[in-house]
Amino acid sequence: MNLLDIRNLSIELDTPNGKILAVDRVSLSMKEGEIRGLVGESGSGKSLLAQAIIGVLDDKWRVHADRFHWRGIDLLRLTIDERRTLLCRDIAMIFQEPMSCLDPTTLIGAQLSEAIDTSQLSGYFWQRNKQRKEAVIKLLHKVGIKKHSQCISSYPHQLTEAICQRVMIAIALAGRPLLLIADEPTAAMESTNQGQIFRLLANLNQLKNMAILLISHDLEKITHWTNTITVMYSGQFVEAGTTEQIFNQPMHPYTRALVDSSTKANLQLPAKSRLMTLPGSIPILQHLPIGCRLGPRCPRAQQTCVSAPKVSNFHGHKVSCHFPILRETVKKEPVKHKPVKGTD
Amino acid sequence: MSVLLEVNEIAKSYKLKGYWYHKREFNALSPVSFTIEAKKTLAIVGENGSGKSTLAKILVGAEPPSKGKIYLNGQLLQNQRFKQRCQQIRMIFQDSGTTLNPSLTIQELLDEPLTLNTDLDEKQRRQLIRLTLQKVGLLGDHMNFYPHMFSGGQKQRISLARAIILQPQVIILDEALASLDPSLRSQMINLLLDLQQQMGLAYILISHNLGIVRHFSDDVLVMSHGKVVESGKTIEIMRNPQHKVTQKLMMSQNFQIK
Repeated sequence: MNLLDIRNLSIELDTPNGKILAVDRVSLSMKEGEIRGLVGESGSGKSLLAQAIIGVLDDKWRVHADRFHWRGIDLLRLTIDERRTLLCRDIAMIFQEPMSCLDPTTLIGAQLSEAIDTSQLSGYFWQRNKQRKEAVIKLLHKVGIKKHSQCISSYPHQLTEAICQRVMIAIALAGRPLLLIADEPTAAMESTNQGQIFRLLANLNQLKNMAILLISHDLEKITHWTNTITVMYSGQFVEAGTTEQIFNQPMHPYTRALVDSSTKANLQLPAKSRLMTLPGSIPILQHLPIGCRLGPRCPRAQQTCVSAPKVSNFHGHKVSCHFPILRETVKKEPVKHKPVKGTD
Repeated sequence: MSVLLEVNEIAKSYKLKGYWYHKREFNALSPVSFTIEAKKTLAIVGENGSGKSTLAKILVGAEPPSKGKIYLNGQLLQNQRFKQRCQQIRMIFQDSGTTLNPSLTIQELLDEPLTLNTDLDEKQRRQLIRLTLQKVGLLGDHMNFYPHMFSGGQKQRISLARAIILQPQVIILDEALASLDPSLRSQMINLLLDLQQQMGLAYILISHNLGIVRHFSDDVLVMSHGKVVESGKTIEIMRNPQHKVTQKLMMSQNFQIK
C-alpha cells in the first residue's frame, strides 16, 4: 500500500494581479520504507509541496488536489485539526540551516525533551522526569552523538552545524514518524559532514523502515542515496522514476540537461570542454509561460508545447512531455531531418 | 609559458589573547608556495578552517601576510600598494546577493572601480561598462537596473563583470559557483572558460565540489589545518590520491576517476 498518494496537487496564491499557480498539478506517491528524492531548482515549488504535505502553509495559499491520501485515509475530507493530529504523529520534517531552526535561548536537552510525547512514557508522574531524561539520551545515541551530557547542556550556537542537524533529526525521530521530510538537510555544509548526515538518514531508513522524502536542488548530490526520484521544474511535474531510470535514461529534455550539466556524470568529458546547458534562466512567478513552462528554454519545443502535456507512463517511468526522448525517436530523427535538408 | 603569479612562502599567524609570559599564536597558514601561469586554473580544496579563505584574502590584499612574498609578472607586490594589486587581482565572492550594493544601479556599481583606478572620461567609462556587460552575457541596457531586479545567476554575472572590468590577470573565485542552481552553474562555468581563453585570465578556484574542480582546473592544492598536504596536476591527484585528507574528501563525495 502507498504511504502517501498525491494526485494533481495544485497550490495557488491570491495576489492583487490575479491568481498565480505556484505548483501546477504535481503527483507524488511514496511507498513504505522508500527514499524518494525530490529535485528541482530554486523556485520550482519543491519546498511549497513539502509544506503543503504537512499542512503548515499560510491561509493565503490555496491547496487543491484530486487525491490526497495518507495510508488510505483521505486527508481532504478531514478537518484541519484532525488532519494535523494525524500528520503530526506520522510525519516529521527537518529543515535546512539547522542552527537557525533551533531555539537559540533554550538548551538542547530542553528542546529535545519537549518533543517527547507524554504518551510514550510509562509509570507514575514522579518517575516521568527520569524517564524523559533517559529517552532524550537514547535519542541522541540513535543519531550518533556519543557525548550526550555535554550536548544536552549546551546551546545551539555552541555546537557545529552537523551536530545541530543531528539534533534536529533526533527531535524529528522523537515522534517515531513513518515519513521524514528532509528539506535540503545538508545545504551549506562541508562535504564530509554532508556524507555523515546522508549516511545517518540511510541507516535510519534501513533500521526503522522509515520512508524519507529527500528534497534537494542538486541532482548529483542525492543520486547515491535515493531509490526513486521526482523532478520538478517551475512548479510543474517533469519526470519520476527509479534513480537508474532518471540518471541513465532521462526522457525529459530538462532532466537530460540536468544530467548533462552535472560535472560528476560526465567524467569521460575532457577537462575544460563546454558543458551542455539550457539557455536562459528560470522564469519568475509573475511571468510564467503558458503550457509547458520549460517551453522557452527547451531545445525540443514545438508548437504543441503551448498546451500543458499529459503525464505518460513507460514501465513506471513517468514523464510529462509532448516529445520525450525515447530510444525509438533517436533512430527516427535522421529520417525526420532529411526532408528539411532537401528543401534547403 | 611564463609564470604569471608566484607565491613564495606565504604564512599567516594571529596573536591570541594571553598573559604576558605565555603569548600564544595561532597559525592560520603555514608557509605556502605555488606558481600560476596565464590561462591556467589552480583549484584549492579543503575542509572549513583549512586556511583556504585566508590564502585568498592575502592574495587579494585584504590582509597582510605575516611573512612571505608575492610576485606578479616578476614584480614584487607590496602590502600597502593596493592600486597596483587591485587592478591585477580581482575576487568574486560566494553570495552575489549580498556583495552588490543594493542602493546603487549597475552602472554606478561598475563605475566605482573605473573612477578609482583609471583616467577614462565619463563617455569612455560608459562605453566600457556596456561592453563588459555584453561580455558576460547581459544587455548593455541592464546598467540602469538595480541589483534586486536580477535573478541569482544574473547577479553572479554582474559580480563577474565587476571583476573583469579592469582587465585583470588573476581572478579568485571563492566558492563563487556553490550557491548557483545546477543549470545556471554550468552556464557560468562555460562563460568563465570562454573568458579565460579570450582574455588570458588565470583563475584561483576555491571549491568543495570535486566534480567542478576536475572539470575546471589544471592544478590542485589540497589543504588541511593551514598546511598544503598534496599538490600537483588535478587528474593525477584524483586518479591516485596519496594523502589521507584527499582520500577522505573523495570518499565523502563518492568520487572516482577510472
